Amino acid sequence: MIACAEIYRGDGEILANPTVGSIPFIGARLARATFEPDLLLTDGESMLVAGMMPVGVAAAKKVIEGWLPYRMSFDQVVWPGRRHVVMGASQVSRYGDTNIAAIGPWERPTAQLLGARGAPGNTVNHATSYWIPNHSVRVFVAEVDFVSGLGPARASRLGGSLPGHNDIRQVITNLCVIDFESPGCAARLRSLHPGVTVEEVIQKTGFPLFIPNDLGQTRAPTEDELRLIRDVIDPTGTRLREVPE
Amino acid sequence: MADKRVTEDEIVAEMRDGMTIGIGGWGSRRKPMSVVRAILRSPVKDLTVVAWGGPDVGLLCAAGKVKKVVYAFVSLDTIPLEPHFRAARQSGTIEAMELDEGMFYWGLYAAGLRLPFLPNRAGLGSDVMRVNPGIKTIRSPYEDGEELVAVPALNLDLAVVHMNRADRRGNGQFLGPDPYFDDLFLMAAKRRFLSCERIVETEDFLKEGSFHTLKINRMMVDGVVEAPNGAHFTACAPDYGRDEAFQSRYAKAAASPEKWAEFKSAYLEGDEADYQKAVRAS
Repeated sequence: MIACAEIYRGDGEILANPTVGSIPFIGARLARATFEPDLLLTDGESMLVAGMMPVGVAAAKKVIEGWLPYRMSFDQVVWPGRRHVVMGASQVSRYGDTNIAAIGPWERPTAQLLGARGAPGNTVNHATSYWIPNHSVRVFVAEVDFVSGLGPARASRLGGSLPGHNDIRQVITNLCVIDFESPGCAARLRSLHPGVTVEEVIQKTGFPLFIPNDLGQTRAPTEDELRLIRDVIDPTGTRLREVPE
Repeated sequence: MADKRVTEDEIVAEMRDGMTIGIGGWGSRRKPMSVVRAILRSPVKDLTVVAWGGPDVGLLCAAGKVKKVVYAFVSLDTIPLEPHFRAARQSGTIEAMELDEGMFYWGLYAAGLRLPFLPNRAGLGSDVMRVNPGIKTIRSPYEDGEELVAVPALNLDLAVVHMNRADRRGNGQFLGPDPYFDDLFLMAAKRRFLSCERIVETEDFLKEGSFHTLKINRMMVDGVVEAPNGAHFTACAPDYGRDEAFQSRYAKAAASPEKWAEFKSAYLEGDEADYQKAVRAS
């Protein structure tokens, strides 16, 4: 939860845009309510909303501060690079390539998923992080079946303008936080969530992880943050249905 | 003064086997479903369907009308994966052209502007380029020399979109939160059609929404059909929300040929009036 807020630290006046799950939405609201007050947030559809909009409360009062229909999000946010998106992924590779399109051969997939969606464009335009609520060897694979999102190693190999525009920040899972700040942009264990062991993460990751000597723990929420999450942002406890506390 | 009112069947009568058809709306939102249902009743086949895919794509796949789908995603929103589209992809019965969303947008826009392509960064380095070997890149002729995707125009033979209101001359009005890309679908097509919840007098448009909602003008439209509840079961805010119970029934019909036959015989074998009657009774 805190990791899903911390990813926005320093982002300033951009669109914080979780697209999956419940915890990433709570994280973005928590970041804005505490250390990143200038972030913009949507209502999940076409409106930019100010103030505190709790998750999981249908009747919550909405203070609309702007209009961002789908097409305008490309014109004003994605392509100008004014966004930090949090996407899901069915597969994540050692070098940060991701797949939401299809499992198996693309020509005739064993499992057709959503399609590439906006992932190719997102990963060559603005900050991108991922939320993986089920850390497992099925998700963390050596190679993805279809590259819908580019990892930093691929962007750097392809060169041109791509390394400058590809900005993969963090992969937050139910166990840990992974980034690509290592030699060769390979996956690096950034922090473990409280109570999780390195062995468990290694066992549930289908490729070797770079593990720094000074590996730390994901920051625990402060009392104020806990109160905000429980009483204001997520009063109905949607977070507990996604990942048990 | 042209009265452009037509019926769904007259729109479909303009479709030929093998045509490229654009369908407006987005996912399971404001889809011209009454026209899609009219396609199901017709003999037309081998369509290339270009859409922000929802149940329009799924229904046409299930009914065997589709040769190829051009898409960035196909989803029912509240049911993330479209089961009928999945079945068609996984059984290899349809061809696919999979694009990044921004490429899809740019392709429609290029077609509307009568340009062969528009340059964009989206798609570079991804497998969208691997599975679309026909899509080329182009180098900026300026000092930066940047390599970009030359997103090809998505030219359409015919497009149909669903509006909340329209007049009989073909002006269209959206009243929901998002106009989606409906104007671009119409601009990209040779023949352009609107369905709408209600046909109103031109002077009544501003009673329900500001002038900002008049995004479709009659230069962009060849025919208009009044189709109350025509977007059912997709969302058509503010007139009605998505019929989630019905959508779920539709999704479950993908489980087996028997389930599909059951769904088809309950809802899809009569005309639009029969469909709406069966929906009311269900």
